[in-house]
Amino acid sequence: MVNYREPEACDFSVVLCGAAGQGIKTVETLVVKVMKRAGYNVFASREYMSRVRGGNNSTEIRISSVRVSAVVDRIDMLLALNGGIRKNIRDRISDSTVIVGDKEELGGEVDSLSGQFYNVDLIRLAKEAGGAVYSNVVAAGIMFGLCKVPIQEVKKFFNVFFLSKGEGVVKNNLVAMEKGFLIGERMGSSGLISLDLEPDPGVKEELLMDGSEAVSLGAIAGGCNFIASYPMSPATGVLAFLSKHAKSFSIVAEQIEDEIAAINMAVGAGYAGARAMVSTSGGGFALMSEGLSLAGIMETPVVIHLGQRPGPATGMATRTEQADLELALYSGHGEFPRIILAPATIEDGFWLTQRAFNLADKFQTQVIILTDQYFLNSFYNIPAIDTGMIFIDRYIVEADKDYRRYIMSDNGISPRSVPGHGMGIVGADSHEHDEWGHVQEDFELRVRMVDKRLRKMREIEKETVEPLFFGPPDFNNLVISWGSTYPMVMETAKLLRSADTAFLHLRQIWPLSEEIRNNLSRASKVIVLEGNATGQFSKLIRRETGIEANHLVLNYSGLQFSSEDVYRYLDKILD
Amino acid sequence: MDPSIFDLQNIDIQWCPGCGDFKILDALKGALAELGLTPEKVVIVSGIGQAAKMPHFMKSHFFNGLHGRALSNATAIKASNPLLQVIVIGGDGDMYGEGGNHFINTIRRNTDITNIVCNNMVYGLTKGQASPTSPLGFRTSVQVDGVINEPFNPLSIAIAQKASFVARAFAGDLEKTREIIKKAILHKGYSLVDIFQPCVSFNKVNTYKWFMDNTYYLDDDHDSGNREKAILLALKEDKYPLGIIYEDNTRDSFEENLGIYREDERPLYQRDFDMDKFKELLDMQK
Repeated sequence: MVNYREPEACDFSVVLCGAAGQGIKTVETLVVKVMKRAGYNVFASREYMSRVRGGNNSTEIRISSVRVSAVVDRIDMLLALNGGIRKNIRDRISDSTVIVGDKEELGGEVDSLSGQFYNVDLIRLAKEAGGAVYSNVVAAGIMFGLCKVPIQEVKKFFNVFFLSKGEGVVKNNLVAMEKGFLIGERMGSSGLISLDLEPDPGVKEELLMDGSEAVSLGAIAGGCNFIASYPMSPATGVLAFLSKHAKSFSIVAEQIEDEIAAINMAVGAGYAGARAMVSTSGGGFALMSEGLSLAGIMETPVVIHLGQRPGPATGMATRTEQADLELALYSGHGEFPRIILAPATIEDGFWLTQRAFNLADKFQTQVIILTDQYFLNSFYNIPAIDTGMIFIDRYIVEADKDYRRYIMSDNGISPRSVPGHGMGIVGADSHEHDEWGHVQEDFELRVRMVDKRLRKMREIEKETVEPLFFGPPDFNNLVISWGSTYPMVMETAKLLRSADTAFLHLRQIWPLSEEIRNNLSRASKVIVLEGNATGQFSKLIRRETGIEANHLVLNYSGLQFSSEDVYRYLDKILD
Repeated sequence: MDPSIFDLQNIDIQWCPGCGDFKILDALKGALAELGLTPEKVVIVSGIGQAAKMPHFMKSHFFNGLHGRALSNATAIKASNPLLQVIVIGGDGDMYGEGGNHFINTIRRNTDITNIVCNNMVYGLTKGQASPTSPLGFRTSVQVDGVINEPFNPLSIAIAQKASFVARAFAGDLEKTREIIKKAILHKGYSLVDIFQPCVSFNKVNTYKWFMDNTYYLDDDHDSGNREKAILLALKEDKYPLGIIYEDNTRDSFEENLGIYREDERPLYQRDFDMDKFKELLDMQK
C-alpha cells in the first residue's frame, strides 16, 4: 500500500481495533465527543463484522486542526485491544505507524506487524481500574493524553456520559482513562508521536453527527411524523432515532412484521395526511417494490431511506456499496415519477432528507434517500444548522363536497386532501382510476391518467438539487462521482496537480440535473467513480446524455474508497 | 340515519347475481347508518378480491390497495388519524392467505379497526382456485386431486393471539350480520368478523343450504369473556357457531399505546412542527 502523504502533525489518524463487545463504538463516541469539545476537528468511521461478540472491528478516527470528513488508509497510531488484527488493517500499517497494544494479549502477532510497537499493559491497567472491560477506556485515555486535552474537561464529560450507569462505573472509567492519559502524555513527550494540534474554539460549538443521525434529524425537521420499519443494517439507526424522539415530536414509530407492511403502512399514513417514511436496506427495499408502485399510482407522498450494503441477497451485511442505484431507479412495476437523492456530506444528509418530505408532499410522489453503510456510520463535526432555513411546506387542501382527488391539471398535480378534512370524499385506488379514485377500465381515461402522473416529472425537474463542482472553468478531464464518496474525492481533488481536471459530484440521481449535460459536453475525458462493479451511474449518464465514460473507477470490496484509493486511481488515469 | 347516505350513484356492481357480498354490503351500510356514522367519517380499506371491490360500491372514504396488505394500510390510517372510523374488508385469500402475516400482527397491535372477512372458502376473482379456508378434498382447476392442506382456522388463531373481538356471521342472515358488525365497530381495538358467505359461481360445496345446515347461533348465556371456552368453540368443525365468540374490553388499542393521542386527539396532519424542541434536539449533538 502506497501512502501518498507523509504523516502530518496537525492531522492525526488513529485506528482503534478490538473484538465486538470490547466497546469500540463506545470509545469512538467518547473520543470524538471529547476531542470536539476540546476544539479539535474530528472524523470517525466504523467498520465492523456482522457479529455481536468476538472477531475484530475497527474505527478510524482523525483528529485534526483543519476540517476532516474523509476516510484515509494512513494510520499514525494503531490501538489494538485484541489479537487477530484483520488484513484490511494490517495492509494499512506503514513503517511510521505506531502500534500500541498489550504484548500479552497480542502474543506472537506483534512480531508479524511492521511499524513501531509500543507496549502498554492494557489488560493489567484495565483490571486495576475495575476489570478487563475497561481496556477500551484506557485506550481512549491514551488518545486524550497524546492530544493534550485538558484532563478536567475529560473528567467533566465522563461524569455526565456514564452518569446513568451509576457512581461505581463512573469512577472505574475515570481511573482507567487517567491511567491511559499518563501513558499518552509520556508517549507525546518521548517524541514517539509528535503532534501539533491547534484547537479551534469555534469547533466546540459545532455539531457532531453521523449519517444516520443526519438523516434522522433531517426527517424530523422535514415534519416526518410516521415511520414504520423492520430492523436491517445499516438503516436501523433511523428507526431507533425516530422511535426515541417519537413522543416529543408526535411521531408514530412502529417496528413492523416485514418490509411489505412497512411500505404499505407508509402509503396508508400518507393517504391519511402523515409525512411518512421507511428506513431499510437493499433486501428490505426489494420487498417494498410493489408498495412503491402502489404509492406511485395513488400519488401518495412517501420518503424511503435506502441505506445500501453489498448484495446480492444478504451480501455483506455490515459493509458498504453503491450498487442499489438501479434498484432504486427501476423498482416498482409500471411507470411513475420518482425522486432519488444521494447525500454527499453530513449536511446533505440533513438537508436533503428535510427537503425530501417537502418534495414528496409537493409532487405527491416517492422520494428515495440513497445512502450507504459508510455514510451512515461515519461522523464528523459540522457548523451549526441554520434552523431559519427549515420550512415545512404542507400541500393539503380541505375537500369540499364535490372534491375529486385525481382531478386533471396542467402540471399533473391534483390538490391533495385527506380523509376527514372537509366534507368531500377522498379515494385512493391501486387500480387505474377516474378522477374520484374509482376503478375504471376506460382506455382513454387510462392514457389521460398516465400522462397526468408523468407530467409531474417536468415540475420535479425544475427543482433538482444542483451537483457540486470543483475545478477550473476550462477543463479537459471531468471526474464524476455521487453520494457518499464526496469527501474522499474532494480531499484528493485538492491534492491532484492536474490543472485541467474538474470534479462534478451528483447529489440527485433522478431526475438528473441539466448541469451534468452542460459539463459533460465540455469534457474530452470523462471518468466516473462509484462504489459498484458495473458502473451503474455511468450507464445512467449514457442513457440520458449519450455520453460514454472513458474510464470507470469502481470499488466493490465492501469497504469505502479511501482518499488514497481515489488518489491512486485518478493519478494513474490522469497521468 | 338512513343507510342510503352510503349509496353511490351510477355504479355498475360487478358481483355475480346471488353473491353473498351484496348482503354484506347492505349489512355494513345498515350498521354504519344505525351507529349514526356518515360517509366523511368512515374509511373503507380493502385489498384485492371480489369482496375487496366493496369500497367502489358505496359512498365513503376509501383506500383500495394491494392484495393482502389492507390491514397494514388501515393500521397506518387509523394511527395517523384516530378520529376516522376504519373498516377493513376483504376475502379469505386476501386476509388469511396473502395477508396472513399482517393478520397475526394486526391482532398483536390491537389497532382499533373493524376487520370484515368475506369467507367463501374459494378464490372468486381468479376463478375458482382453493383458498386458505377451502375444505380438504375441495377440487379445483389447480387442486386437481382436491385440497391437501389443512384449512386455516382464523378464529382459533385470533383468539389464541388474544384478538380483542372475534365474531362469526353468516351472509344469508342480514339482520344478525348487521348487529354483529355494529358491535364490532363499537368495540375498542381490533375486531374480526369472519362472515360465512356462499360463492354461487365457484363453490358448489359450501352453498347457502350447506351453511344453514352446518351453523348455529350461540345462545344468550354464552360467556364471550371466557377465552378457553371461546377457543373450543372456534375449534368446532362438526357445526360452526355464529355470533360473538370472544371479547376482551380491557386491552388498550394500538393508537392509545402510541402515547401521542392520550392528551391530544388531533390527527397528525393538523399538528405543527415544534421548532423549539427541535433546537434542543440539535443542541444535544454538540
